[in-house]
Amino acid sequence: MRVRTLEIDGQMMTGAPGESIFNVAWNNGIHIPRMCHLGGLTDVGACRLCLVEVEGQSRLLPSCMTPVREGMVVRTNTPALQKHRKLIVELLLAERNHVCAVCVANGACELQDLATSLGVDHVRVRYRHPQCEVDLSHPRFGLDHNRCILCSRCVRVCDEVEGAHNWDIGHRGTNARVISDFGTAWGDSESCTSCGKCVQVCPTGALFSKGASVGEMRKDRSFLKYIVTAREKHQWIR
Amino acid sequence: MNIEELIETEQQERERQAGLRNRILCCSVAGCTAAAGSAAIRGSIEAAIQEQGLPGEVEVCGTGCLGLCGHAPCVRSANLNETYHDVTAADAPYLVRGDRSRFEGRTVRDTDAFYAGQCRVVLENAGRVDPERVLDYIAAGGYKGLLKVISEMTPFEVVEEIKKSGLRGRGGAGYPTGLKWELVARQESPVKYVICNADEGDPGAFMDRSVLEGDPHRVLEGMAIAAFAVGATQGYIYVRGESPLAVERVRTAIRQAEREGLLGNRVLDHNFQFRIDVRIGAGAYVCGEETALIASIEGQRGTPRPRPPYPPEKGLWGAPTLINNVETFANIAPIIRKGSAWYASMGTAASRGTKVYALAGRIAKPGLVEVPMGTPLRTILFDIAGGVPAGYAFKAAQTGGPAAGCIPAQHLDVPMEYESLQAIGSMIGSGGLIVVDNSVCMVDLARFFMEFCMDESCGKCIPCRAGTVQMHDTLDRIIKGRGSEADLDLLAELAGLMRATSLCGLGMAAPNPVMSTLRHFKDEYLAHIHEHRCLAGSCTPREEVALV
Amino acid sequence: MTDTDRAQRLERVMARHGYSGDSLIEVLHSAQSLYGYLSPKLLALVATKLKLPPSRVVGVATFYHLFALAPKAPHQAMVCMGTACHTAGAPELARVFHDYFPDWQVKVGRCVGCCGLAPMVICDGKPQIRLTPEKLIRQVEDLLQP
Repeated sequence: MRVRTLEIDGQMMTGAPGESIFNVAWNNGIHIPRMCHLGGLTDVGACRLCLVEVEGQSRLLPSCMTPVREGMVVRTNTPALQKHRKLIVELLLAERNHVCAVCVANGACELQDLATSLGVDHVRVRYRHPQCEVDLSHPRFGLDHNRCILCSRCVRVCDEVEGAHNWDIGHRGTNARVISDFGTAWGDSESCTSCGKCVQVCPTGALFSKGASVGEMRKDRSFLKYIVTAREKHQWIR
Repeated sequence: MNIEELIETEQQERERQAGLRNRILCCSVAGCTAAAGSAAIRGSIEAAIQEQGLPGEVEVCGTGCLGLCGHAPCVRSANLNETYHDVTAADAPYLVRGDRSRFEGRTVRDTDAFYAGQCRVVLENAGRVDPERVLDYIAAGGYKGLLKVISEMTPFEVVEEIKKSGLRGRGGAGYPTGLKWELVARQESPVKYVICNADEGDPGAFMDRSVLEGDPHRVLEGMAIAAFAVGATQGYIYVRGESPLAVERVRTAIRQAEREGLLGNRVLDHNFQFRIDVRIGAGAYVCGEETALIASIEGQRGTPRPRPPYPPEKGLWGAPTLINNVETFANIAPIIRKGSAWYASMGTAASRGTKVYALAGRIAKPGLVEVPMGTPLRTILFDIAGGVPAGYAFKAAQTGGPAAGCIPAQHLDVPMEYESLQAIGSMIGSGGLIVVDNSVCMVDLARFFMEFCMDESCGKCIPCRAGTVQMHDTLDRIIKGRGSEADLDLLAELAGLMRATSLCGLGMAAPNPVMSTLRHFKDEYLAHIHEHRCLAGSCTPREEVALV
Repeated sequence: MTDTDRAQRLERVMARHGYSGDSLIEVLHSAQSLYGYLSPKLLALVATKLKLPPSRVVGVATFYHLFALAPKAPHQAMVCMGTACHTAGAPELARVFHDYFPDWQVKVGRCVGCCGLAPMVICDGKPQIRLTPEKLIRQVEDLLQP
């Protein structure tokens, strides 16, 4: 298999054919911000945080879905990209009710971490303060729509890894919501196996284990790589 | 039907029509039929023919859009070469008799500026062909293009012919059609698809719907030629759910074409197979975006996916797929029939051929017009469509729906083609042209388009989902007299983000109306902000201003 | 049409599409035109027959605006809010229903494409054209006459 040689942020790197820019960069210590991408799930290119500049391309490309090519020159962290990412995070924070101080995931939240690393110290757009539901009907887990950023990781992990397809996205635009079964209460779902994978992959405090109080929800996202590797390669390695 | 039978049918039907004393054609597209009652008028004409003892001599039938949609219903008298507007059932006997005096002031002759100033290719059959009769279409030279490619040309030659014609996609982006066909033709795959994008959702655009309702066979023929060129055997027409009449007409046309052997397992008795199925949209503007449209045909939520890979490589069910819109397909048969050189002789160097525009708003003759690419806006609006009615002043023309921008009075002489419109911050888009007079507030218009995009955003990517909401809020604030100049900077910043990072064309283009009104009518924004008043006087902040 | 007829017709539509999941939108269109709206029971039936996860069916049904998930009111109005209608005063027409005919279910519709006849409202399936608020009130009152 011939490898592809390319330049990312001034460093020469190699990747396998078909491998994404995101992965090659990540393996070489360049961590491109992202929300919807999670290793082990198919990519959707929805969050637009991992967009990168590729020389010769007029448009920004999602690094998670763009395969590396020979001789590619990629820039992942230009001032323009930083500006875009910052505003995207501001839009996310203003879209629903992300109040870290009373969130179960405080201190272990990917959105919070990203905001910190991008230096989002205030939000220039108006907070929307929508009325969102909290679904506590499931015996072990809870779903707080106030914290959901619609990354659809839960939808994909439930469909692709667990095979239950309890979750999907309902409605559209700003009214889009994660829905369970017939858009009914999670606790009434017939397809949910209560495996908890969705809770582990959720980047924020939208999906959580019951009993966790403010700042107590800790998630294990490495489990996904573990099961996916086990399933695909028959290797059980942590 | 084989080739000889097609030619014979054409001859017979032509002779039959030539033997008639007159043909009266009632516009039978949605505006005239559903809203203005042309179906009832057709009934009265039928009765008048019986009454005057002229069956077999005078014939009444439906036809495609006669163009004067603002004065519906319209009826055309074929042998007098005249079109009458604002027709009522009481006019029927006079129409049959050919009494022209009754229609004084309501007559548009073919030699009048409205028709003489146009150049009709896509609409050539409007006023000649009944959309519900395949024989009519054949008599007008229909399916001759398909016949030619099947019997005389190789797929490669067809693609080359389209490339040479210089035809560009009429859906808005203006991608060269021949190159797209070549991309699909080059793919090695046992299964390929041809899709006709008839999900025309731009508010103020009704060209595609009129073509489907008025001349559906033309689109089917264009699709069949495309399928022959790229090697596809299955096609889909994705029609907007809001156009039930178009769905019905297309279904009828497909049934007729299959019955006559013009579609199906052996097209024109040759070794070429092509079937077309109709898919009905369910009310989602974003499905006009090609990857969202594909998702919708696959029975999924109509959310776009990142491109590349583009549909010519990986489209419907992962197979190479050619997607063109209705007007593009409607141009194909004439190009094949009359040759690429003829087509390329119209228009400008960069934009060949003609374009259909849907005129609406404050204009004397709202309706459909078709002119060569590069025709100045002034010619279209003032020479052909009669200009702005007395008592109103032209302020701007809004082109191409929520994705495009406005053209203010100082740019009235801009040639209407892809590049020159882009240069002044607008675009042709799908071809809607809405004339706005001085009583319309441009900030309010911008908010209207942003509301549209906000409602129609699929919600998949963040910049579009949240950006449209924030831009709408900001515009709303300005209109209500609670905005500040900082809000204008915020609008510009959000626009920059959405244009650069949105997943699909909807999000990328959503800021266009805002940015173009901000560019040409900044004084209106500033008047709302600083003086809490609307220069157009239409949205004077009412009760809200008291709160400030 | 009896419920059995409806069920049979829907079954035929699904059979024609080979009970394939790809035909979900076509099937939902047929189901809605037969039953008027997509009830939870109907969605459950479609999900089972097409072998699709329930959330996928609901996700699709709620995405598209032409699908109704609740029974329709006896009187329906669709105010066209295309650009031409909007600039010609469609927002005032929407207010007419609010003020004078509150029992009508009013939807704001996307451009119907009759821009030459703006502004227009479709009242119980009948297009009313070139309206003013006064004319609309008259037309609706005429429609309500038995």
